[in-house]
Amino acid sequence: MTYSPHTDADRARMLDAVGVASVEDLFADIPAGVRAGAWAVPPPLVEQEVRAELARLAGRNRIAEVSFLGAGAYRHLIPSVVGEVIGRSEFATSYTPYQPEVSQGTLQSIYEFQSLICELTDMEVATASHYDGATATAEAAMMACRLTRRSRVAVSAGVNPDYRRVLETYCAGPGIEVVIVPVDLAEGGDGTTDPAAVADLQEVACLIAAQPNYYGQLEPMRELADATHATGAQFVAVVEPTSLALLEAPGTYGADIVAAEGQPLGIPINFGGPYVGLMAARMASVRQMPGRLVGATRDAQGRKGYVLTLQAREQHIRREKAASNICTNQALMALAATAYLIAVGPNGLREVAELSMTQARQLAGALESAGLAERRFGGASRPAVARRRPPAARRHATLAERGIVAGHVLERAEPMLRDTLLLAATELTTDDDIACLVAALEETR
Amino acid sequence: MAYPDDLRYSKEHEWVRMDGSRATIGITGYAADELGDVVFVELPEVGATLTQFGTFGVVESVKAVSDLYAPISGEVVEVNEALRDAPELLNADAYGEGWIAKVELTDTDQLDGLMDAAAYAEATA
Repeated sequence: MTYSPHTDADRARMLDAVGVASVEDLFADIPAGVRAGAWAVPPPLVEQEVRAELARLAGRNRIAEVSFLGAGAYRHLIPSVVGEVIGRSEFATSYTPYQPEVSQGTLQSIYEFQSLICELTDMEVATASHYDGATATAEAAMMACRLTRRSRVAVSAGVNPDYRRVLETYCAGPGIEVVIVPVDLAEGGDGTTDPAAVADLQEVACLIAAQPNYYGQLEPMRELADATHATGAQFVAVVEPTSLALLEAPGTYGADIVAAEGQPLGIPINFGGPYVGLMAARMASVRQMPGRLVGATRDAQGRKGYVLTLQAREQHIRREKAASNICTNQALMALAATAYLIAVGPNGLREVAELSMTQARQLAGALESAGLAERRFGGASRPAVARRRPPAARRHATLAERGIVAGHVLERAEPMLRDTLLLAATELTTDDDIACLVAALEETR
Repeated sequence: MAYPDDLRYSKEHEWVRMDGSRATIGITGYAADELGDVVFVELPEVGATLTQFGTFGVVESVKAVSDLYAPISGEVVEVNEALRDAPELLNADAYGEGWIAKVELTDTDQLDGLMDAAAYAEATA
């Protein structure tokens, strides 16, 4: 497509055609009080000056030499083939495959992504992806409301607090009430959701619970699912995809809808993304699923082909009655997850999960045996939770100055968990990293 | 197109067949033809309360998705389960096997506001 800039003469003709005197007049309907006003934009710079300024700003980034940050996003080794695949222009530049006759490659890649997610979760149908884990979780709640025709959702306090905030934003518009089911965070508590508390829920569309939960604890998912089903509600499992190589699949413990952050599958950690949301469900609920779905079919000559399917749920067909008007897929990130899963394979994924767990235990053990921290909850799985006085937030800041990110300060999300840091380890966490943290904690004791 | 004389019709192209206080409802042959091949019918739930001219379901064809509008108010006492596996019954037998739901009426006077076959034929001519 040719780039055609507008000349002053072009603009004058267009303004004349619509009957206004200036571009400014086009905005006359916007009250002065809500206008942005004057922008404090610095004077123009030449390229060399821009480079220097950006380098100066980039220099303010603190690059952690050692990081135990997790809390929803995890560092994992990304095989080079992942970047190679998603960098191919056929994928990197392609648009939504509305025309199957010219989009078979893209459609097949999405279909394979969906198949992999179904295999990981043991569910019957998966979408072509969502923005991220938080929006996939909120969409799952909306879906449960449609399926049950109820307008109240319950969420375990063990679900990522950021996800819960996104959920509340989604629920605010349509007037859906959000009920929090507590997690036992008290001293000596086990940090999990009590299935008995679920039985008391009245007229909820779903219970959302995370496995492992935000505090690294394993929830009694089967009991939670059974208790949820007894109330006539849907059970939404928010899972961590790598862990599914070791933990029971949601489909086997009775999850009706699965939502997850797909970042650990071949996507680098990034502030603000792009990440990828995963969602899977049972086939009986497919027409209430939000977003895009790719199906496999045969053409008139009997050849296998792929198409976007069940589009009547979607906003470009049903407008205000669509299953969701605020979703899209993250096709390129879903492709990264696909390439990652194929590259590592089932055994590789299991190794990643086992190594991550081994390193988390190593980390917790090293901190405990040095008398530097204790576990907040019983059995640490991943991420490990360590606890230490004096105040964790101050200690966290001291270590950050030394280039060590000592996990996440939990007090920010949960005031009850003062003095508690949430630490994560993956297969990229080395024994040296752990020794480095132990040494730094001892020096700043 | 011929329309059965024993039915009442709404301008939203639904028909009503009365049997005492109970009504069977469906979409007209005209509507089915206009929609084309029906591929999915979202049925109301048994026990649901319908409000006259309010939406109570969805019919999806190969070329359009349309809401179903209740021709009368009442409580759904039965739905045509056969449509879940064979939505094409709407095209094949709109007034017979393609019925959508049976409803216990709350207000039989509402029928007076619907058309008879001749009026509906004229409206769709």
